[in-house]
Amino acid sequence: MSSTTQNAPSPVPGSVGSPPRGGIASLLSRRHIGTIAALIALLIFNFIFTPHFATMQTLSVNLTQVCVIVIVGVGMTMVIATGGIDLSVGSIMAIAGAFAPQIFQGMLFPVPNLYVGIALAIVMSITIAGFFGLFNGWLVSSFRVQPIIATLILYIAGRGIAQVWTNGDLQVFKVPEFQQIAIGRVFGVPFQVWIMLALVLIAAWALQRTVFGRQVLAVGGNEQAARLAGIPVRRVKRLVYVISGVCSGIAGLIVIAMNSAADANLIGMGIELDVIAAVAVGGTLLSGGRATIIGTLLGALIIQLVRYTLLANGVPDAAALVVKAGLIVLAVWLQRQDRA
Amino acid sequence: MATQDMAVAEPFLSMQGINKSFGNIPALIGASLEVREGEVMALIGQNGAGKSTMIKVLNGFSRKDAGTITVNGAPWAATSPEMAQRGGISTIFQEINLIPFRSVTENIYLGREIKTRFGLLDLKAMQAGARALLAEFDIDVDVRRPLGEFSTAIQQMVAIARAVSFEARLVIMDEPTSSLDDTEVGVLFETIRRLKAKRVAVVFVSHKLDELYAVCDRVTVMRDGRTVAVSTMAEMTKLQLVATMLGRDLAEVRRAGATAFTEGSRAIGEELLSVRDLGVGRRVRDASLSVRRGEIVGLAGLLGAGRTETARAIFGADPHEKGSIRFQGKETDFAAPADAIQAGIGFCSEDRKHEGIIPGMSVRENLTLALLPALSRAGIVDEGRQREIVLRFIKEIGIKCSSPEQKIRELSGGNQQKVLLARWLCMNPKLLILDEPTRGIDVGAKAEIQRLIRKLADDGLGVLMISSEIEEIVEGSDRVFVLRDGKMTAEFDGEAITEPAVMDAMAHAHGEVA
Repeated sequence: MSSTTQNAPSPVPGSVGSPPRGGIASLLSRRHIGTIAALIALLIFNFIFTPHFATMQTLSVNLTQVCVIVIVGVGMTMVIATGGIDLSVGSIMAIAGAFAPQIFQGMLFPVPNLYVGIALAIVMSITIAGFFGLFNGWLVSSFRVQPIIATLILYIAGRGIAQVWTNGDLQVFKVPEFQQIAIGRVFGVPFQVWIMLALVLIAAWALQRTVFGRQVLAVGGNEQAARLAGIPVRRVKRLVYVISGVCSGIAGLIVIAMNSAADANLIGMGIELDVIAAVAVGGTLLSGGRATIIGTLLGALIIQLVRYTLLANGVPDAAALVVKAGLIVLAVWLQRQDRA
Repeated sequence: MATQDMAVAEPFLSMQGINKSFGNIPALIGASLEVREGEVMALIGQNGAGKSTMIKVLNGFSRKDAGTITVNGAPWAATSPEMAQRGGISTIFQEINLIPFRSVTENIYLGREIKTRFGLLDLKAMQAGARALLAEFDIDVDVRRPLGEFSTAIQQMVAIARAVSFEARLVIMDEPTSSLDDTEVGVLFETIRRLKAKRVAVVFVSHKLDELYAVCDRVTVMRDGRTVAVSTMAEMTKLQLVATMLGRDLAEVRRAGATAFTEGSRAIGEELLSVRDLGVGRRVRDASLSVRRGEIVGLAGLLGAGRTETARAIFGADPHEKGSIRFQGKETDFAAPADAIQAGIGFCSEDRKHEGIIPGMSVRENLTLALLPALSRAGIVDEGRQREIVLRFIKEIGIKCSSPEQKIRELSGGNQQKVLLARWLCMNPKLLILDEPTRGIDVGAKAEIQRLIRKLADDGLGVLMISSEIEEIVEGSDRVFVLRDGKMTAEFDGEAITEPAVMDAMAHAHGEVA
């Protein structure tokens, strides 16, 4: 057979399942139908009942609010796919966020001009975030520390590092050139939304189509079997934590760019739970082996939209929290139904 | 009472006609077990013979479907291990189920702590009680220290002492010696003799025949959910024991044809694998074997003889402490399965569910799991080629699935096994290690897999096959190595491979007289 077998008819009688297709469409599997339906229902409700819902303004507000959660969620989904969890994402955001302004403001070392400074700030902050992720991965893979404990270390220490680094001070800056990464607009949509979409698509594609992606799911699905099939389990685990660190670093930069200030005490505070909630609502199995990045995006959108709907219709934010919890319970229940 | 009455007296425990099914699969079919007061009863059988189920039914862990159990003549209806314990039947599990971080005293008094008038723990009284109890077994340890600090043997003694302090009349020991060294086994046997002296009955589950003869009075042999023999130890030779366990009649010389293995083409090539004096932990002490191109080498032995451990060490799944492994003439020491795979070795685990399949993934993905790196360009999976290969193997070895996208967990055991075989075959391996390749597979698929293995060997593949089914070993192998208690005790070639010879080697060490 030639290499064009992709569309060739199946030579095996009775083979009726859908062959894997190329393209973005195939990343949306049947699994997502329920989630998408819920999302559409929410949208329809809002179009009818919420005033000023169908405006660019509302779209921007909602997308901006979920952006950071989804970006961190991309890495978190990968980690959870291997059966792990990463509690340190918020602290790593704080580290990246505390570090960057000092670089582009030339406080650490002289930078020739602002643009070089911004480029260096972005690259170096994200690299540092990646190294902190590597530390998590190293604890989990080489010392077999339980992921929840391993990442608890940086959850606590990471924010401490960021605070010590900045003496606990709020760093205010006004550098619109840097802030473009969050608030600049392309085709009327905030630049950070484009970053989010790019990351989601790349990660969803990688999880489906690359050797690494399949190995991530194999490790989460049955670690023993994966090892006996020659999969480098330790390397795979290290790498997902690095990816989670890098995603957190990007998210940290977006947060400070939005606020035009870096506050090590607050960047990414408590975000890990929002992210895990989005991952769970999106349909990723928390025990590993089944993961969907698109689902995480949809999960985050649903949580955000429910909250927005309630707020816009006069329900206080405190009550919205209860509804959010209800959504998580519903998601877990649905997952159990699916497995049975 | 006359002594004659003693012999025919009601047994302390009597289990008759016990049935138990899990789903549609019967685990016990009219099984029986009788134990007299102060008697040590060996309970033996192969994997899946029903020993564990029998024990679980007795100690209330599982509910029987049918049958009667009487203890001391009265009907027995324990619905939980705790209830059984209060009723006088205690179980010491293979994995000690006490709390390693708590002190010896706390473990002994777990669940029935002595309290002071104010409802607080009376530590002094409990410690004194624990000391006195352990002294009965000649154990002198600091009862305030955490249990986990002591050796496995001591932990086991504590578990036994705890059981006895519940006024146990029957103690069930499930493979108690599997993690003990020789001296510790001696201590355990002494403890069992003390229990016997106290008229406590013991059910002793073990796969080590020597131990049974050392400590047991009688033996109950189970096979395929039935009780197939009850005898005094003295009246049964080791060989008879093994033959009964495997379901083989010694008097009858079996004709070939029970399996789908046919005579090989005998085009055996140069040596592929050579293992010398391998040592792995406690289970493998001195294993040597070799596999040549184009031959099936059978690795026989009783449960716990170290067969799986040997295979895993060759494959680099577990480290070995001593010995040498040469593959294709080169000294090797694989640090991980990935290295062995690289060199051209494949390994199918006996535990398909936990070490073979990735249940949530499709047939396609399970089949190409090991091949994935070779199927990709720049890390991106070439799905056209992947699909081509998967379809080819589905067709070639007849995997029955609705499509390559079907989840592997939905397939039957036989088809799962075929996918796992294909996982290695698509790698073009030189050596395939198969641990119980036909376990838990229906008859039809079993024959297909046996034929496939033969064909692969005839095509030049070296196969190392572990099997607990004696006919599979005898009919399927070109050569056979026998492991016994972690040592290689015999090698058979060609015509010398017969059931009695192999069973004899499984039961006795070299030079040992029955």
